[in-house]
Amino acid sequence: MLLNQFLILSAVLFAIGVYGVIARRNGVAVLMSIELILNAVNINLVAFSAMTGTLAGQVFALFVIAIAAAEVGVGLAIVLVIYRNRRSIDLDEVDLMRG
Amino acid sequence: MKDLLNDWGLTAATFLPVVGAVVMMVIPRAEETLHKLVALLTTLAVLAVGVALIASFDFDRTRTLQYVVDRSWIDVINSRYIVGVDGIALPLLALTVLIVPLVVIYSWNHFPEPHNPKAFLILILILETGMVGTFVAQDLILFFVFFEVVLLPMYFMIGVWGGEARQYAAIKFFLYTLFGSALMLVSFLAVYFLSPEVDVGGTMRHTFSMIELSDWAGAGLASTTALFVFGGMFMGFGVKVPIFPFHTWLPDAHTQAPTQGSVILAAVLLKLGTYGFVRIAIPILPEAAERWAPWIGLLAVIGIIYGALGCLAQTDMKRLIAFSSVAHMGYVMLGISTLTTFGINAAIFGMVAHGLITGMLFFVAGSVKDRYHTLEIKRLGGMLLQAPRLGWVLAFSCMASLGLPGLAGFWGEFPAILSAYNPAAGLNPAVYRTYMVVAAIGTILAAGYLLWLLQRVAFGTPREEFVGDDHDHGHGHDQAHALGQGDRTGSHALGHARIHDMHLTDYLAWAPMLLLIVALGVYPNLIFRVTDGAVVNSLTALGR
Amino acid sequence: MLSHVWIIPALPALSFVLILAFGKRLPRGGSEIGIAAVAIAFVLACGTGVGWIQRVNHPPAAHEAPAAEHEEPAAGGHEEPAAAEKGEEPAAAGHEEPAAAEEGEESTAAEEGEEHHVTPPVVRGTTWLQSGGTKVEVGTMLDGLSAVMLLVVTLVSLLVHVYSTEYVAGDRRYTHFFAFLSLFTASMLFFVLSKTTLQMIVGWELVGLCSFVLIGHWWEEKPNSDAALKAFLTNRVGDVGLLVGVSILFFAAGGTFDIIGINEMANTGEIRHLLLLVASCSLMAAVMSKSGQFILHTWLPDAMAGPTPVSALIHAATMVVAGIYLIARLYSVFWHGFQIGESTINLMAVIGAVTVVFGALLAFVQNDIKKVLAYSTISQLGYMVMALGVGAWTAAIFHLFTHAFFKACLFLGAGSLSHAVHSFDMKQDMGGMRRFMPRTYWTFMIGTGALMGIPPLAGFWSKDEILAGASGLGGEGGYKLMLVMGTIGAFCTCAYMSRVLWYVFWGEPRGAAALHTPHESGPRIVIPLVILAALGAVAGFANLPSFAGESIALRFEHYVEPTAAYFPGGLDAAFRHPEFTLWIAVVSTVVGILGIGLAYLWFWRGAGPHGITERSRPARAGYRLLENRYYLDHLYTGVIAGGTKGPVARAANWVNQNVIDGLVNLVARGTRGSGQWVYTHIDQGVVDTLVNGSGATAEGSGQLLRRQQTGKVQSYGAYLFAGATILAAVFVFIASTS
Repeated sequence: MLLNQFLILSAVLFAIGVYGVIARRNGVAVLMSIELILNAVNINLVAFSAMTGTLAGQVFALFVIAIAAAEVGVGLAIVLVIYRNRRSIDLDEVDLMRG
Repeated sequence: MKDLLNDWGLTAATFLPVVGAVVMMVIPRAEETLHKLVALLTTLAVLAVGVALIASFDFDRTRTLQYVVDRSWIDVINSRYIVGVDGIALPLLALTVLIVPLVVIYSWNHFPEPHNPKAFLILILILETGMVGTFVAQDLILFFVFFEVVLLPMYFMIGVWGGEARQYAAIKFFLYTLFGSALMLVSFLAVYFLSPEVDVGGTMRHTFSMIELSDWAGAGLASTTALFVFGGMFMGFGVKVPIFPFHTWLPDAHTQAPTQGSVILAAVLLKLGTYGFVRIAIPILPEAAERWAPWIGLLAVIGIIYGALGCLAQTDMKRLIAFSSVAHMGYVMLGISTLTTFGINAAIFGMVAHGLITGMLFFVAGSVKDRYHTLEIKRLGGMLLQAPRLGWVLAFSCMASLGLPGLAGFWGEFPAILSAYNPAAGLNPAVYRTYMVVAAIGTILAAGYLLWLLQRVAFGTPREEFVGDDHDHGHGHDQAHALGQGDRTGSHALGHARIHDMHLTDYLAWAPMLLLIVALGVYPNLIFRVTDGAVVNSLTALGR
Repeated sequence: MLSHVWIIPALPALSFVLILAFGKRLPRGGSEIGIAAVAIAFVLACGTGVGWIQRVNHPPAAHEAPAAEHEEPAAGGHEEPAAAEKGEEPAAAGHEEPAAAEEGEESTAAEEGEEHHVTPPVVRGTTWLQSGGTKVEVGTMLDGLSAVMLLVVTLVSLLVHVYSTEYVAGDRRYTHFFAFLSLFTASMLFFVLSKTTLQMIVGWELVGLCSFVLIGHWWEEKPNSDAALKAFLTNRVGDVGLLVGVSILFFAAGGTFDIIGINEMANTGEIRHLLLLVASCSLMAAVMSKSGQFILHTWLPDAMAGPTPVSALIHAATMVVAGIYLIARLYSVFWHGFQIGESTINLMAVIGAVTVVFGALLAFVQNDIKKVLAYSTISQLGYMVMALGVGAWTAAIFHLFTHAFFKACLFLGAGSLSHAVHSFDMKQDMGGMRRFMPRTYWTFMIGTGALMGIPPLAGFWSKDEILAGASGLGGEGGYKLMLVMGTIGAFCTCAYMSRVLWYVFWGEPRGAAALHTPHESGPRIVIPLVILAALGAVAGFANLPSFAGESIALRFEHYVEPTAAYFPGGLDAAFRHPEFTLWIAVVSTVVGILGIGLAYLWFWRGAGPHGITERSRPARAGYRLLENRYYLDHLYTGVIAGGTKGPVARAANWVNQNVIDGLVNLVARGTRGSGQWVYTHIDQGVVDTLVNGSGATAEGSGQLLRRQQTGKVQSYGAYLFAGATILAAVFVFIASTS
């Protein structure tokens, strides 16, 4: 059955994404890692959709893609603003939310 | 018109002053004349409503409540907005609505320091609401609320516009009265829970309605419980009366209060206590009243003698008059404690008479203070020479106060003494006859201190310090007037200002009171006729 | 007419108001209003008197006024028989129902069927106050007694008014003086017309007020206002008795103040004797103070501080006899209370007798002519009380009647003298006055003669009747003590009045009288004197003894003494009338002349032990005792009043300030103190520590957690995923186990 392979691929992508989000210091790289996580989810959705034969999963995947695009747009804009203010996109230096 | 009066008359009389006060709040403080006008018009409007109420009052049915309005108010505890007047409340209501405009008129040019007519008049208006409300309320909680409403304005009046020791006096007045009312509230709640439930719109609920509770009249209540409950009310009303030995707030409050405050305090506020006894304590708990009565009578006669002796020792005119209130309210309480129709009728007459007469005496004392800047009896003298009309008014009021027949004071005093000879069945006549003799001896002392006061203040020749020659006066008076605005001691330094006789406002404010004192004295049935039926009604439970 | 007598007091009352309102603006300062009002009142009083005499002569028929005569409101008049019985009820109800009352006047009855000569009084009233079914009335009650009083009061008042226009002319408070004369007249008339005892209290106190005001007329000087205060307060002491007595009678008679009702119940024995006795004793206290009976008499001499016309009107002729009137009005109560008819001694008679002698003795040591007259008044009032005490009702009222005239005459004469010499001191400022003031002298002589009881002047007849009563009435043996005391009194009276005559009219002018020649007073003073002297001379003929013949003898008794059921006479066999006894008349006259003779020897001839007070210790002690007025004033003013005003009042005030108020303040301080303690120890110590502790805990943990909040998004992300991982593990674990 192909489902297991899809799920394994998805898990791997997800793990890579999480690693990227937590470990990378570059804001752009973090955004890309988030993209990986979202796509891991997409793979899951499409795989289950194919398995059950309903369209709902694919529709959701499309939604996720659309929202991911928007999210990246906003994210990049934030990164750009941070860069303008600080001449750097190193996330370690962005700690405005410190308690 | 009649319907309007029936439905809204009492409510209007109660809340018109608040409306006036609200209007005054939005008027800037500098518009003093406007403030005075608004206050005067408001109080006159209340007086007009009062007159209309009296005019259409059915004097053949004084025993029943009239103008009754019964609306839902605090539904959770079934406390309702019930107002109404019967023969007991009507004279006191009339007294209140009459006195307040007179006080406003008197104030016209006599605002005590620190001036500020706006605040002062607003307080008077709020006071009026409280007083009128207390006399018309027929629900215990409503009564209690109005009873307490009067405290605050009076507190500020004494505390802000009073004499040197005003803070002490104001706080003493406030706390003492509050202490009494706390116990009173407990008793009200006890009555609420101990009385049987009544049918309200189909459901059985406890009630605060005085009408229902008077019908119940403590039936089936354990006698010890009733004693304690009555005791709570006794404290609440007794402090307000004030009954010996709870009277010590009174001389301080009177001495320190501004004239207007003293007048209202003496004329109306003290009556709230005695009214409470007649309206609430006795009809609701007649059996306990019977057990308490000899002790109340005892305290009353002690108060008569004691107050009179206190008067003889005073050196301050206002304090003397304040002590005389203790003695006079002793007669009222003696009348109430006999639990006879004669006694209670006399007590209500005594309340009205004392309100008019002692109010008048305080007015005069205030005017003396205005003119001489002192109330030390030792320093006064010869007022009949310097201000003859003022002196005559003082003499008249003293005569009325010592119970001269033909003037109002007598009809509160003598019938109370008379009724003590033969108290209600169940009370020990021997004890009461002793009270009667003691109270009668009190009349000698009353004559003693009042005439002594009159002699020292009005007779004789004026003291050196107040005899200023004309030249000095013309100058000095203007200066005193100019300084009088802001500086408390400014005019005091100018002891030589000539003593002025009565002002126009004095005539206007005093004439109705003086006339009433005579009218009631000549034809006492004016009040006895009104109160009689209601008093008989309030004592019906006693016979059961 | 008789049912409209309320007009008589109303007139002076109206005049009081008018004088106060407009008096100052009138040319004669208001006196014209007063005189007019009193004059009209006097005329009406005369009319009333005539009306009453006719009513006695033709009493309304018995059937017209069955059982309860006193409820007949308007049974006056005499012309038309029984026309308006129906009209009488409304007349009782309303004060102002002229129509009905008019009918009443015309109505009633000259019916011949009067077997026992009962003349019911004319009564009408209206509700004054009501309480629990009891209605108290105000109204008028007219019988012979009140008619006589009306006459006396209005007449003396009128003369005093006229006299005053000259006497107090130019006074600083002329208008005010007349206003209060009017008020006094009104109050006194109101008092004597009282229908109820309550009304009597009112009138009683109102006349007291007028007395107070008029004694203190010149209040700038402290002695005057002191005297006024003393008068008022002494009367208040008696008023306690009045209040108590009236209260007792009110309840004893089953809740009524009605004078007739009370008297009738006393007569029929419906009131227990004990109650009557207590009530009588209480009322006696009132009588003692108002009518100057010994030991409460001390205010009366001091009251002479007032203007002389006032002394004549109030403190001689009218107000002071209010006590006598009170007894006479409620005579059934006293009669049965003291058992006057059967006893030979009782409280009232003793008080009267003691006053007769003790008052007269005091008159000997006075130098002020008005004080002599004042003590003489006390003594004469003693006669009246004594007469009532022995049961000689008519004699007492008759003496009241005659005394009013001659004593007013004497007082006004004294005033006329002082008007000339501006002093009342007989020893220093008078002497030989008969040469300067002949008219005053003659009138004064007649007044003195009447007072001494020289036949045939007025005082002789009335005093003799009293003495006859003392010997002939009462239980076995009569009131012997009273007879003796009365005779001693007669002796003293003659002696001290002779002394007055000597000092004033004989001898050489001294002091003010010598400095500038006094002259006779004007007509407005002299004419009243002449009228009063004339009355003092002839008033005694109003009640000549029975030997004078049927038609003129005992007229006073016939017309004045009540005959209806509210009076003990006619019901009680013990009630008798004193018979004229020749030996008593002779003895009392001889004793009186003896007194005059001794005084003549002492003063005119200079005989007798002059200067005995310097030589003999007992005589000096006696003189000292009299001079200090038995030390009663010291007791009252110094000990009782001073004590109450001083130590007692101060003690009460001290108790108030320190004990009761101290307690209040202690409670306040205690409350504040315990509040402080609770605050420092409980609140700050325990409760606040707990609160602070919890605060510190929260803060510490917060510090700890704060470090976790690095502000780095990635570390938050790490927590997020760690959390998610843990949750996933838990989920997997739970899913796998179930």
